[in-house]
Amino acid sequence: MAFDSLGEFLAMGRHGLYVWLAYGVSVGSVVALVVAIRARNANIWQRLDEEESD
Amino acid sequence: MNGLKTLWHRLGSPRWFYQMMKPWQTGLGFVALVALLVGTVWGLAFAPEDYQQGNSFRIIYVHVPMVVLAQSAYMMLGSAGFVLLVWRMKMADVAMVAIVPVGMTVTAIGLFSGAVWGRPTWGTWWEWTDARLVSTLVLLFLYVGLYALREAIPRAESAGRACAVLAVVGLINIPIIKYSVEWWTTLHQGATFTATRMSMPIEMAAPLIVNIIGAYCLFGYLVLLNMRTELLRRERDTKWVGALRTEVIDGV
Amino acid sequence: MGLVRLQFQREWRLLARARSEALNPLVFLIMTVTLFALALDGQAQALSRYAAGIFWVLVLLSSLLSLDGMFRRDFEDGSLEQILLLAEVPFLPIIGKMLAQWAATGLPVVLMSPLLGTVLQLPPEALGPLAGALLVGTPTVSMLGAVGAALVVGVRRGGALLGLLVLPLYIPVLIFGTAAVNGLAAGTGGVAQIYWLAAMSVLAVTLAPFAVHAALKISLENG
Repeated sequence: MAFDSLGEFLAMGRHGLYVWLAYGVSVGSVVALVVAIRARNANIWQRLDEEESD
Repeated sequence: MNGLKTLWHRLGSPRWFYQMMKPWQTGLGFVALVALLVGTVWGLAFAPEDYQQGNSFRIIYVHVPMVVLAQSAYMMLGSAGFVLLVWRMKMADVAMVAIVPVGMTVTAIGLFSGAVWGRPTWGTWWEWTDARLVSTLVLLFLYVGLYALREAIPRAESAGRACAVLAVVGLINIPIIKYSVEWWTTLHQGATFTATRMSMPIEMAAPLIVNIIGAYCLFGYLVLLNMRTELLRRERDTKWVGALRTEVIDGV
Repeated sequence: MGLVRLQFQREWRLLARARSEALNPLVFLIMTVTLFALALDGQAQALSRYAAGIFWVLVLLSSLLSLDGMFRRDFEDGSLEQILLLAEVPFLPIIGKMLAQWAATGLPVVLMSPLLGTVLQLPPEALGPLAGALLVGTPTVSMLGAVGAALVVGVRRGGALLGLLVLPLYIPVLIFGTAAVNGLAAGTGGVAQIYWLAAMSVLAVTLAPFAVHAALKISLENG
């Protein structure tokens, strides 16, 4: 461990804001991309179902 | 040789690709998740602090893998474009459609994390003398151009092949762009800190390597997921999609 | 070679007839140079320091104006299709067309550059390098731009898209072109950048006609 406590880990020296901002936005964008593609996928199946029931 | 030829033909079959790539997608997604989790926790909590940059250097564990990936993704895009133009293989077009949004996202993350890293390191969000940031920005422009061109051409087949031409032209240009930007930044006495140093100690480099591997797996997962979705959209009226649907409904 | 010359002559005659089309980009360049000179008035030193970069950017932007219409007229009246269908080796006329485009737009810029450079307060010793760098650099601009123009010829409002596609590809020309002028004028090198510009132009003249040919075929299928 490079840190002694959880508080120190979160503070990242004086750079907590930058480190967590970078990681947060990165993880958020990737998750958003996965969700968007999966939603498109689900949408195609759903439309096929609707056409079937028509 | 024969085996290769069969594989080549099968790669062109949407149904085969859709079904055979499912386990690959799941596997790559799993490996990506594990590797990125290990590499990131390692890099954030266990790697030693940089004696000059302090803890802000930990941003490189997301920045460097994304920038590396952004370039590889464009290489793959150009190669897919070449395959589409020469052999008119439709799967290459599906690959291009799938790679563009993924590559764009990855490039944008690379840029953003680079800027956030630069703020505490150089005291400015953007440094024109850092070759990596500048060439990543140009790369983002190239992705945006490809995206815009596809949107602008109504007929899907023409749009695909037009994008292929642009991607191949971009592929030939990238080394020249990279060289010119690197030369230009050294002329202006490059940034004092760069994201990676040759002399990085192993305790710092190891998590980075794990994350780079994880990033490639993540890319594989995202592209396969997107390719299979695109295939589904294009082939939605075919028999095999119908058969797949009944399977899903029957819970097989 | 005959085909290249024939197409070149045809383009030349057409441009001579539609003179404003060929001259507009040049007028645009002259006007924007004037605007820059006015905007930075009273700061001659600042102007001369950045003049090479400003001039190159304006050249790249004004090239977009002429490239946009490069294939459009032929595309709309069907003669482009004729050229591609009838010529035995279709990219000979394409090369002719691209060369004519450069001769009508790149060359005048080279010839005007000493005058325009002076307006931008470039020192006299930088004017020669500016003309030289433009001479070896603008062919790349025309060739890459032609690829973009061929891709968007069938697209409505393709002009804005054209800039998006080709401006990133122009970056090496901008970097080397500006550095060559500044380096040669200050006597701190710059010959290497001239070689780079020349090498890129040779590469572009060799490869771009293939890309233009492919792009035009795609655009015709679409239209």
